[in-house]
Amino acid sequence: MNLRRDVFQSLADPTRSAILLILSSQTMTAGAIASNFDTARPTVSKHLQILTACELLDQEQNGREIYYHINAKKMKEVADFIEPFRKMWDDRFNKLETIMKKYKSKK
Amino acid sequence: MERKTKIHAEDGKQELVITREFDLPLDLLFTAYTEPGIVEQWMGTKVLKLENKKHGSYQFVTTDPKGNKYGFNGVIHEFSPNRKITRTFEMENTPFGVQLEFLEFEQLTGDTSLLTMHVVYRSVELRDQILKLPFAQGINMAHNRIQDIVNKLK
Repeated sequence: MNLRRDVFQSLADPTRSAILLILSSQTMTAGAIASNFDTARPTVSKHLQILTACELLDQEQNGREIYYHINAKKMKEVADFIEPFRKMWDDRFNKLETIMKKYKSKK
Repeated sequence: MERKTKIHAEDGKQELVITREFDLPLDLLFTAYTEPGIVEQWMGTKVLKLENKKHGSYQFVTTDPKGNKYGFNGVIHEFSPNRKITRTFEMENTPFGVQLEFLEFEQLTGDTSLLTMHVVYRSVELRDQILKLPFAQGINMAHNRIQDIVNKLK
């Protein structure tokens, strides 16, 4: 499951998560993506390279510009994306339950 | 591990339903949604405003370890103690826009309760994007979430 691990490692970076978030609604050039971050442009390029290598992003040449967009198929293949969403809520609700059990015993 | 939290998301629909059974009496479950100090604890956020009433609104802000702030807000349309909260939810500075949430609270037994959260998005595409990008719920939370997954895979 190396691919899977690489993909999750690729996602486990706040800048890369943010790039995916930005690209979730539109296709953009590297320059336009970089303008959303304070980070130096070569750093953003590096992140784009990693995301592209994991096939989470697709590149498309349009004249002199390269446009990036999310590879929705890959995102779906990588994992059942409902599971992390479910897990996030499950964790939150577990926390709620623990806190309220303590709250009850304090009352 | 038992899956206490269930997500029901039908293909091609712009909504989803999250259900969860709690080992808590109904009033305690409801309190977890209305007491700012408690909301802060389980949501991992700071509550700037939480008006538990019709026409009321709420505002949360979450700060990640790097000091980046993520804002969340919404308006309360219906507030019925121990029964129902209807509200909007919006992540600020994201392309996702606003979603509509129907939260229903039910007593199962004296010590257990059920939460049903019906979430409606602007479009099917938007719902699917949010499901595929779970970290969109807060980049920082997602980051932690994904980090946990990564640690487990190691």
